[in-house]
Amino acid sequence: MAYALQQLVNGITLGMIYGLIAVGYTMVYGIIGMINFAHGDVFMIGAFVGLIALTALTGVASLPVGILVALLLSAALCGLYGFSIERVAYRPLRGSFRLAPLISAIGMSILLENYVQTSQGALERAIPAVIPGGITLMDENGFVVQWSWMQMAIVIVTLVTLAIFTYIVTKTPLGRAMRAVEQDAKMAALLGIDTNRTISYTFVIGSALAAVAGVMFLLYYGVIDFYIGFNAGIKAFTAAVLGGIGSLPGAVLGGLLIGLIEAFWSGYATVAYKDVAVYSILAIVLMFMPTGLLGRHDIEKV
Amino acid sequence: MNHLAENAKDSLIVGGVAFLLFGPFLGLELTDGQNGSLAIATRPELLAIAVVLVVVARFLLLLWHDHRSTRAPAAKLAAVMAKSGKFVAPALLIFAIAMPLLPFFATADIDLGVLIMTYVMLGWGLNIVVGLAGLLDLGYVAFYAVGAYSFALLSHYYGLTFWECLPLCGILAACWGIFLGFPVLRLRGDYLAIVTLAFGEIIRLVITNWVSLTGGPNGIYDIPHPTLFGLTFDMDGGPGTFSDFFNVDPDPSQRITYLYYIILALALLTNWVTLRLRKQPLGRAWEALREDEIACRSLGINLRNTKLTAFAIGAMFGGFAGCFFATREGFISPDSFTFIESATVLAIVVLGGAGSQLGVVLAAIVMIGVPAKLQDLQVYRMLIFGIALVFIMVVRPRGFISTRRPTVSLGKAKIIGAEMVSEGRG
Repeated sequence: MAYALQQLVNGITLGMIYGLIAVGYTMVYGIIGMINFAHGDVFMIGAFVGLIALTALTGVASLPVGILVALLLSAALCGLYGFSIERVAYRPLRGSFRLAPLISAIGMSILLENYVQTSQGALERAIPAVIPGGITLMDENGFVVQWSWMQMAIVIVTLVTLAIFTYIVTKTPLGRAMRAVEQDAKMAALLGIDTNRTISYTFVIGSALAAVAGVMFLLYYGVIDFYIGFNAGIKAFTAAVLGGIGSLPGAVLGGLLIGLIEAFWSGYATVAYKDVAVYSILAIVLMFMPTGLLGRHDIEKV
Repeated sequence: MNHLAENAKDSLIVGGVAFLLFGPFLGLELTDGQNGSLAIATRPELLAIAVVLVVVARFLLLLWHDHRSTRAPAAKLAAVMAKSGKFVAPALLIFAIAMPLLPFFATADIDLGVLIMTYVMLGWGLNIVVGLAGLLDLGYVAFYAVGAYSFALLSHYYGLTFWECLPLCGILAACWGIFLGFPVLRLRGDYLAIVTLAFGEIIRLVITNWVSLTGGPNGIYDIPHPTLFGLTFDMDGGPGTFSDFFNVDPDPSQRITYLYYIILALALLTNWVTLRLRKQPLGRAWEALREDEIACRSLGINLRNTKLTAFAIGAMFGGFAGCFFATREGFISPDSFTFIESATVLAIVVLGGAGSQLGVVLAAIVMIGVPAKLQDLQVYRMLIFGIALVFIMVVRPRGFISTRRPTVSLGKAKIIGAEMVSEGRG
């Protein structure tokens, strides 16, 4: 029981990180219908910016201020990365052959990975545990269930970020424009919405969310390298597809599910096959629900 | 003049963005500080160079844009390319056959030829799935891995030779193609892409973790090299070797030349089968499926069989290529079958112009041959590869050869230009 509870806590923390990344995938997919393969690498860039900011601020600012600055800086810079990536690699290909943006995105992903590798080195970079300690949820015959402050902070930051994001999407004019473009880009343009700008903002917001996830990942695991974006990106995309791609609550739900599957599989089966478990469940879910858990069924017009 | 000032302003803004983007990565460097903690070093000169380069590149690009608007449309260029295609293909074929015999190519060049040809074959195999049937497969490397490991394991445990295993590898890979294709029949577009990617990763992870069977990350060593009617290419030149039988001095280039002709034959087989199938009902069904799945279904085409045969035949050629890869390297490990391989092969297919056989060859030469020649720039190789992928896609989104020639037509066959070719969402 205690063991299960611990896995639940770990799984939710991990799932929150996946969910944050997945939102970026699903937003971009919803609005321009492409898999933004470079999104996982934006997450990695975010983690690195966070690491650089934290290292630079060590001894200068207090810890909470340092983390906050790292988060904001990373989100802002990744937003700029997302914006630039869209401008350089995706916008010229809009409305073109279906596979062209995909290949361009794969190229962008390879480019970003190697850019960070050549500029910051291929070594793993580690930071000491930033927030040690936590609260004890349960003590069962010596097995202590810990909910660490770090995990709590991740859950809180994620929830706050998602709340801000939900507010933007549902309540602001920008969010309305985004939803309109997602439903019908041509019609939205006819009604005076600047679709290009809306798409740019979508990339900025999605990338900022990925950056927050990146900093959280850095604080949680304490070790990052230039390659973390690939695995996290694939998992997050899996989460987005599992939840039903294009659906924002679906992305968070998918992220949580993937995190829980991973935690419980690692806890009760073999750690080595945890990714196999995630991918198999994805395949099985899609076999029976081809549009994911919360996805809309496309009505195909002929 | 006013225009120039505008361009300059635009370039400077882009420079400012570049400064922000590159700042933390090129301007700062994480180094090892005292007692194991990290420290930050600055390198302003690198950042300055990068920003200046971006500003200059942007300015030149804008200048070129202004200049280009007066030039003839790109359609003419496409027509010229399509016409020259008639001569390029046979010329390339003759060159490919003659290449190892030409005196000015070193053994290393022939080896590079083998590598390129392997990717040409993979590209042609994937072209059946992606280019003809329009099914986006991001896990093609799975079948490559199945082929390679089938041969490696069969030879390791049962001592089978390359020629005995080659058909088996193809059959096994085709079975896996059907096995993995079956669950994804109902999926379309990007859902299909992510599930095929997942299958590719599952196969790689299982190979990595099933240590007792596959040796895990250490891979399998001592995979036998192919023989020529029982003659080996051993360096000792003893009885039963190629050099002994033909009375020539043993030389590593003999084995590499032999490998070259094997992969050339396999690749040409792939091409021939594809070209023949395109003219048959099955190939037509694939292309119909690519253009419009719903119309295809309403015309009574069996979607299940059409998709499964595309997966199976594409996978079979991937399996052949994998078998060849194992025998060529003599050693395989899961590291050779990562997603980046699938991405490379898919990039070759798309860069070539999905569906075009000649395009795949050109793209393979560009994407594999050029980076291999950049060995001196080892660290920057993948960086350049990434930049090239984005750049080529932005410049030629439809690939090198974007025109299509219908396999059947009333009267004279007309080439369909890029702007007329539109894919369905299948």
